[in-house]
Amino acid sequence: MSHEKPRVDDATGTNLVGHEWDGIEELDTPLPRWWVYVFAATVVFSAGYVVAYPSLPDVAGSTGWSSRGQLDETLKAEAVARAPLINAVAATDITQLAANPAVMRSAIEGGRAAFKVNCVQCHGAGAAGSKGYPNLNDDDWLWGGDIASIHTTLRNGIRSPGVDETRYSQMPAFADMLTRAQIGQIVSHVRVLSGQDKASRASVAGAALFAENCASCHGADGKGNREMGAPNLTDAIWLYGGDRAALTQTIAKARFGVMPHWAGRLDDVTIKMLAAYVHSLGGGEATPAAAPAPAAETADNVGT
Amino acid sequence: MSALDLINPKSGLYSRREPVFPRVVNGRFRRLKWTVMILCLAVYYITPWLRWDRGQFAPDQAVLVDLAGRRFFMFDIEIWPQEFYYVAGLLIMAGIGLFLVTSAVGRAWCGYACPQTVWTDLFQHVERWIDGDRNAQVKLNNAPWTAAKLGRRLVKWSLWLAIAVATGGAWIFYFADAPTLAQAFATGTAAPVAYATVGVLTATTFIFGGFMREQVCIYMCPWPRIQTAMLDEKSLIVTYRDWRGEPRTQGLKKAASASGKVGDCIDCNACVSVCPTGVDIRKGPQLGCINCALCIDACDEVMAKLNRPRGLIDYLNLDDEKHERAGGQARPILKTLLRPRTLVYFAIWASIGLAMLFFLGERARLAIDAAQDRNPVIVTLSDGQVRNGWTLKMRNMQSRPRQIELAMVGLPEGRMWTDAMDRRNAARSVRLSLAPDATTKLHLYVAAPGGVAGETPFVLNARPLDAEPGSKDARVATRTVKFIRQ
Repeated sequence: MSHEKPRVDDATGTNLVGHEWDGIEELDTPLPRWWVYVFAATVVFSAGYVVAYPSLPDVAGSTGWSSRGQLDETLKAEAVARAPLINAVAATDITQLAANPAVMRSAIEGGRAAFKVNCVQCHGAGAAGSKGYPNLNDDDWLWGGDIASIHTTLRNGIRSPGVDETRYSQMPAFADMLTRAQIGQIVSHVRVLSGQDKASRASVAGAALFAENCASCHGADGKGNREMGAPNLTDAIWLYGGDRAALTQTIAKARFGVMPHWAGRLDDVTIKMLAAYVHSLGGGEATPAAAPAPAAETADNVGT
Repeated sequence: MSALDLINPKSGLYSRREPVFPRVVNGRFRRLKWTVMILCLAVYYITPWLRWDRGQFAPDQAVLVDLAGRRFFMFDIEIWPQEFYYVAGLLIMAGIGLFLVTSAVGRAWCGYACPQTVWTDLFQHVERWIDGDRNAQVKLNNAPWTAAKLGRRLVKWSLWLAIAVATGGAWIFYFADAPTLAQAFATGTAAPVAYATVGVLTATTFIFGGFMREQVCIYMCPWPRIQTAMLDEKSLIVTYRDWRGEPRTQGLKKAASASGKVGDCIDCNACVSVCPTGVDIRKGPQLGCINCALCIDACDEVMAKLNRPRGLIDYLNLDDEKHERAGGQARPILKTLLRPRTLVYFAIWASIGLAMLFFLGERARLAIDAAQDRNPVIVTLSDGQVRNGWTLKMRNMQSRPRQIELAMVGLPEGRMWTDAMDRRNAARSVRLSLAPDATTKLHLYVAAPGGVAGETPFVLNARPLDAEPGSKDARVATRTVKFIRQ
């Protein structure tokens, strides 16, 4: 097979490769030499890269770098960077958090993160709760809605077994003490208390039964008692439902909602931050005695 | 055809760079190049050091790209990331401007304003200052490596390196307060990225300006390809009037004796020897030609000596070249610059610019963003009312604190309060003070009687309390949101 002599492009004097596409031909222009050197340099670089970094299965690079190690370092650096904020939260009394907006902000954000890990299972991702699990966004609190009360609830839990300081109360199951009809009358009265029904003969009868059996905890007016976690029966919020069936079941069988205690399971700062977060959800109440006004208004958070 | 034909053993797989030693030249285009170079370098080096008073809440650097703070300052204009479409607009203007410049004056960017051209030119002047002009440079290049040659090379490289460091060093001052950064940089306390940036830019300037030069234009840069595709037969390019120059003769007598016809080109190679990319313009328009017009200056010098009219090599479009070749009169250059295509490009370019200026002048400096709480959307309160919440981001884009009144329009039964307030103080409006040049984030609650299903839209108005009524600063920022009950 004979080699044809390469044809030469008239305009440039460069040899043609021999390809032709619809009359367009390719020039056989040589690469610049430095380009070839750069290519060689990349090959050398890749060899060094294979040695220095983990490129082969199960072989660590000579630098010891790994993405896991990098993550560890990042986390360590984050922990160090976060330490001042954590320390500030730790050093501030729970009732004084609101007086330090910057500390409060970091506490709320820390609480937001901890909530997602520890609390959403019952209270939901948005803390809106569900039947039997309180909505933490509203302004109704069984055991108190100021930040210190929330903190206490978080630390000790509610009816948490094995904890002496836990918040404890138990409503009796009235099915053994009252007749079905009597329970029905009390339900009628409670629905009148909460403004859901108009007064009826049954509710008047229920009022007497209520005063006898329920008022000791829920109060004569049904407004509840936070000392013993007795819910306010006059408001619009029902933990287990305010319809007749739910109320009947509550009175007949009682409820026994449990929240675990977190003291000892989470560190003190995290619990404090969780309290700050829950308090910030819109229903938080001011600390009762001599609530200190916010000391400094900040640019981020100023209202009148 | 065999596969072996694809590899041409004669041309080889690669070729070495032919060194280019452009001779110094004087003339009108060289003077223009000087002017453009001094202007470009002055703008580049001086800009970050210009001060601009914006009051105590904003930096006083006239041009500052504050990446960390996400602000872009340019004299009286401040751009927030949300307003990045102004930068996009500038890029569109740059694109249309490229069409305009290329269709009018060809590769003027390549020849005069491209940093590669400007710094290569600067480096070549340093080279001439140390090594002498073209002939001395060639001689030195071919000379053996003696101590004297090494000394000259070291001096030249040191000067290049000094220029390169200054070039890379100037860049970082656009991104931070220049005097502060200069001090930090000198004392070794600047951010590592500052040193890395200076290092990379120093290296590229030194290598591209000192050693790569025309290789960058010919092999690395996409610009020549793009620009070549945008040229048409009316674009101004550097053209050799070969109908006037050919046949070339190296002596009039010799030429006259050989045949009757004598061209103006005396084949003195002046055009080739001054070319910074080493091309021969007499071969016609080509990729390597950056249209710097130095060959025009060189040829004009020679033509003047020969008492021939200037412009054997000249800025000339291909249409006019054909016209002249056919014996037509030379057309005025304005006819090339002002033609429908360039005028349309200019009109588009100018309209975008004017529109941007208009919108810059009219843009809001106060804005509300409202993101409704989604989990939960609706919170029933103990009194039976329904609460919705919004995360409000109030953007105060002025460099001063603002006092505003945030008020509800619509939803007459609704009352609002913020996370810094108690619901007992809920009202139809709240007063807020906004930090200067910052986004103030707050949580807004609105409660209204429940019971009705559906969504009720209402408007949040942020009315400035600290501006002359009727002035631009007094404009109300609004945002329509929905109150959702069920």
